[in-house]
Amino acid sequence: MNLHEYQAKQIFAQYGIPIPRGRVAANPAEAKQIAEELGGKVVVKSQVLVGGRGKAGGIRLAKSSQEAEELATLILGMEIKGLPVRKVLVDEAVSIEKEIYLGITNDRSSRRPVLMASAEGGVDIEEVASRSPEKIIKILIDPLLGLREYQSRDIAVSIDLPKPFWRSFIALAESLWRVYRESDATLVEINPLVITKDQRLLALDGKMSIDDNALFRHADLAEKRDLDIEAPAEIEARKYGLSYIKLDGEIGCMVNGAGLAMATMDIIKLYGGAPANFLDIGGGAGADKVAAALRIILSDPHVKAVLINIFGGITRCDEVARGILSAIGEVKPSVPMVVRLVGTNAEEGRRLLADAHMLTAETLVEAAQKSVQVALGGAL
Amino acid sequence: MSILINKQSRVVVQGITGHEGSFHAQQMLAYGTNVVAGVTPGKGGEWVLDGKVPVFDSVKVAVEATGANVSVIFVPARFAADAIFEAADSGVPLIFCITEGIPVQDMMAVRAYLDQKGVRLVGPNCPGALTPGEAKVGIIPGNIAIPGDIGVVSRSGTLTYEVLYALKLHGMGASTCVGIGGDPINGTSFIDALSLFEADPYTERVILIGEIGGSDEEKAAEYISRHMTKPVVAFIAGQTAPPGKRMGHAGAIIEGGSGTAADKIHALNNAGVRVARHPEEIPALLQG
Repeated sequence: MNLHEYQAKQIFAQYGIPIPRGRVAANPAEAKQIAEELGGKVVVKSQVLVGGRGKAGGIRLAKSSQEAEELATLILGMEIKGLPVRKVLVDEAVSIEKEIYLGITNDRSSRRPVLMASAEGGVDIEEVASRSPEKIIKILIDPLLGLREYQSRDIAVSIDLPKPFWRSFIALAESLWRVYRESDATLVEINPLVITKDQRLLALDGKMSIDDNALFRHADLAEKRDLDIEAPAEIEARKYGLSYIKLDGEIGCMVNGAGLAMATMDIIKLYGGAPANFLDIGGGAGADKVAAALRIILSDPHVKAVLINIFGGITRCDEVARGILSAIGEVKPSVPMVVRLVGTNAEEGRRLLADAHMLTAETLVEAAQKSVQVALGGAL
Repeated sequence: MSILINKQSRVVVQGITGHEGSFHAQQMLAYGTNVVAGVTPGKGGEWVLDGKVPVFDSVKVAVEATGANVSVIFVPARFAADAIFEAADSGVPLIFCITEGIPVQDMMAVRAYLDQKGVRLVGPNCPGALTPGEAKVGIIPGNIAIPGDIGVVSRSGTLTYEVLYALKLHGMGASTCVGIGGDPINGTSFIDALSLFEADPYTERVILIGEIGGSDEEKAAEYISRHMTKPVVAFIAGQTAPPGKRMGHAGAIIEGGSGTAADKIHALNNAGVRVARHPEEIPALLQG
């Protein structure tokens, strides 16, 4: 789960990381009010969860509160990469001497957190990483020891930070580490961290991603989820504990298990079709969950056929069959469905579905071939 | 024969009185697995599964009383890291964690601690292991596989069952099947499992089932080309997965353009591994 810049910076500030004065506004009048309080010269920043806000014209400098109001009107009417701008952050404008990058993320291959810093902040860090990887300094952190002071000092030296800033930089890095640890973040990033003309360190921008699996111990953070970035069907699926991702194809898929769900999508492609979604009903799904899954799949108007592939282990095929019957009784689908049930209680499941006018398949290949054929309008 | 588990394994089930734990402990027992103990804090002294298995308040006491040397964990995600630490501190050398949804920072601490202790973890978010005809630890249905000489290692659950079932339909059996789990940070890696299969005299061939995300398949490919004498056949799930989206498993995500199925298949092909286009093609590749 990703947080907005203003949310991330509020959390940074709680941990003592210096951020610019400013507040978030939902309308132009509020933006004007905030700009007046800050003395007129402000930056108006769109709050959307995509990169490239600046390039899209979503971050603008205002010289007066009047101009801040005008820019807020403009930006609040924008869509950036398909996402509507619902809020703007109005921050005091500062004079910048130097821009630094500082972030902590999970390094999957070393199985540790990694602290990253670069003297070339302010731009897309992935661009720096591919163009000149030696300009990004990385230090692995032992999860049992935490970030040590010497490591932050090494970073300060490596990015040629002037000596007078070392002490505040080390404190800031320690604070960022605590944000990462105590929020169960998978990414905390300050880009840019600036040295201002009046010789202060300031976190001008902020980014945070939180581990979805850890939200049970962060109710306050879970509330901050922005539903704009998710398709309505994905939000509906999460309510039922289903893992659903919408894709562009025409064959809806319902599968138990993430790996098998991907393999089912792949084999549809192999036989000339395209999957309309990824959908994992998980292990041991009951009839209610299955019915919800089928409703979600059928709510996609592009779906021309449905492939249900269940390998019963903990999941019982008869339960799946009951869920299918309940959903088709309610939705009355007009598209053909291919069902493959294998494993626990598969015979019982097949018997339940015998009168439901569904196509059946024994093997994965047969299931894929049949669903592609009926989706393309062929008869079987 | 087998890797990791066999008839002699003495298994303690952490979370044995829970919904999942009790069901699967029963299944393991029915398969012939030597389930010697269960642990649920507060329920020590009870006997479960028709009075066959004693329950203890802690893993330490269970190990002292029964000589358990394998643990399998079914506790909810928020307690799972603690359960792993407890098993490791109680002297259990091999831990299977079935639990899904453990926070990644918990797992980083677990891995760092276990590496210091020299304890082997399989999982989390995995189906466990099955040595057909001998023992099963975890949730793999016992009846879908027959004994044989093929080692199977996988990041997935039901996809693995699909492969075992396809083998069985072709009269082919497994030495051991081990699911290493779909999380970004886990215990046993592909390389660990491959090296065990390479050393196991009863394993003649190996199937590797991978998926998008991370670089474990690429590392496995390098290991195979340098160290494996036994033939390896692979399948990689997620060729149609879009970048940036988590495909169910926490670890199955294409990030910054890396971890794609195409990269993994390319690396495996370069290592002389034949990669099946779909799971049901695997038996034919093994025979060919």
